[in-house]
Amino acid sequence: MSIFSPTDLDAIGLSTKVALVATLVSLPFGFVMAYVMTFRRFRGKVLLEVAVNLPLTLPPVVIGYLLLLLLGKNGWLGHLLDQAGIRIIFTWQAAVVASAVVGFPLLVRSIRIGMESIDQRLIHASRTLGARWYDTLFTVIVPLSLQGILAGSSLMFARSLGEFGATIIVAGNIPGVTQTIPLAIFDYVNSPDGERMALALCMTAIVLSLLVLFLHEHFGRKLARRD
Amino acid sequence: MELEMRLRKSYGPFRLDADFCVKGERIGIFGESGSGKSTLIGMLAGLVEPDDGTICLDGETLYSRSGGVHIPAERRRIAMVFQQPSLFPHLSVRNNLLYGYRRCSPQHRRVAFEPLVQVLKLEELLDRGVNNLSGGEQQRVAIGRAVLASPRLLIMDEPLSALDDDLKFQIIPYLTGVCGRFGIPFLFISHSLLEMRLMADTVLMFDKGLLVEQGSPDELARRRMGHSPSGYINLFRLGRPVGNNGLHTFAWGDRLLLISAAPKSEAGLYELSSRDIILFKQHPEAISARNLLRGRVVSTFESSGKTGVELACGDDRLIAEVVHEAAVELDIRTGVELFAAVKASSFRPLG
Repeated sequence: MSIFSPTDLDAIGLSTKVALVATLVSLPFGFVMAYVMTFRRFRGKVLLEVAVNLPLTLPPVVIGYLLLLLLGKNGWLGHLLDQAGIRIIFTWQAAVVASAVVGFPLLVRSIRIGMESIDQRLIHASRTLGARWYDTLFTVIVPLSLQGILAGSSLMFARSLGEFGATIIVAGNIPGVTQTIPLAIFDYVNSPDGERMALALCMTAIVLSLLVLFLHEHFGRKLARRD
Repeated sequence: MELEMRLRKSYGPFRLDADFCVKGERIGIFGESGSGKSTLIGMLAGLVEPDDGTICLDGETLYSRSGGVHIPAERRRIAMVFQQPSLFPHLSVRNNLLYGYRRCSPQHRRVAFEPLVQVLKLEELLDRGVNNLSGGEQQRVAIGRAVLASPRLLIMDEPLSALDDDLKFQIIPYLTGVCGRFGIPFLFISHSLLEMRLMADTVLMFDKGLLVEQGSPDELARRRMGHSPSGYINLFRLGRPVGNNGLHTFAWGDRLLLISAAPKSEAGLYELSSRDIILFKQHPEAISARNLLRGRVVSTFESSGKTGVELACGDDRLIAEVVHEAAVELDIRTGVELFAAVKASSFRPLG
């Protein structure tokens, strides 16, 4: 018999789902952002760079609060979504948004490191051999950034698993609906005899994190061997 | 191939001002590092945008600031071989070779895969990755990849600089062979005059962003003789030795050359500095140098205070270098007969 209650299992499932969806949804945007930062020159690049990295330095609670202002009923975006009959605040999608915003700079940074390590001459060679920019992108830049993409995705997934501050503000802590592992641990720690369960969920978080790191190492080595 | 470049480009204090028109199939661009060679070819390939000017290749305008023309690199059909092989590390040798081939429209394809692979001796390597190949193999794949794109011009940007001397002279026959076989004109960039003489028919010399000389590599070598540390380099393609009696014996025209060092390849390519030749007015009675060549002076030239003496030895030519006083004392002038003494150890094998 499982030591976890159905709501604990929900929290584990939700954490995994939120982290996975946040990573997958952010990946194309993160890739485009890293590409723009690495290969394009334009005015205001520094400002964009600061904006992308801001969530890395801001307290997650601040991010959560700003998201609440933006996505809330009276918020600029929330108002529009409300008119379209979409409500995000206090749903699991809000947890995805919170995780995506907090983890985005980590994703972009890792992909960018991968892209910056690509020898510029390979891109020149590809162009002089007749490849247009999108051809070079898919046949040279994407394959040679795979390690960075993998590292970024792992980091983002792991960061999303641990996301607490922004999530609790924008998604709340509703068991079975928006309660992820960190939020469930928070509840157990605050209840008189929740120590055992808090520890069990901590162990689950550790196992999940280790799994991500092992997978990252495994695929990273595979890619390195191929190169 | 006819190339016309009238361009300006500034990078901070550096200014490149190219203004020339050149015709030929084997063009060299010579200059020390920082002379603007790389910027020039970057603009020709479409990888660097000029500040102003025009580029025309075989009558087609590739770039014209005033005319608003800027054909992107991928549509110029100008392939490049770089100093480093710059092969795609995630692709096999075969897929590296086919990268440009697949992107070349069928009506422009002039080079077929199989013959090229044979010329470059790549048959055994096709299914291997590129990261475990030797330096020479990688550069051969890079040459093949560029040639298979059937470019109308191939730019070779110091393709031999990263290779050691032995490998360099092994690669040169592939470079010239493959371009000659498939009729691809090339622009060869180097800071080595010796490479220029082996690769190019016409040389443009750049210095500090300006074209300073245009002519044959031999003319350039003669002009630089006086201030070059190795003087003028006489090149000998001697083939296989005809005998070996302690020294390697080679046929050179209707005479024999005795050389200490063994040849490095079947081509038997040797160099001899103009400074390693001693000239005699009369036949010396006894001499330790193993080669005594009789020749007639066909021309003399001045270079930085030195006198270059071109001797005709049968159908072959030899250039020796003497100081001005010696030229006067020996009364060296066109038509005079001289003896050139060369030690067997003065010949240096190249490849």
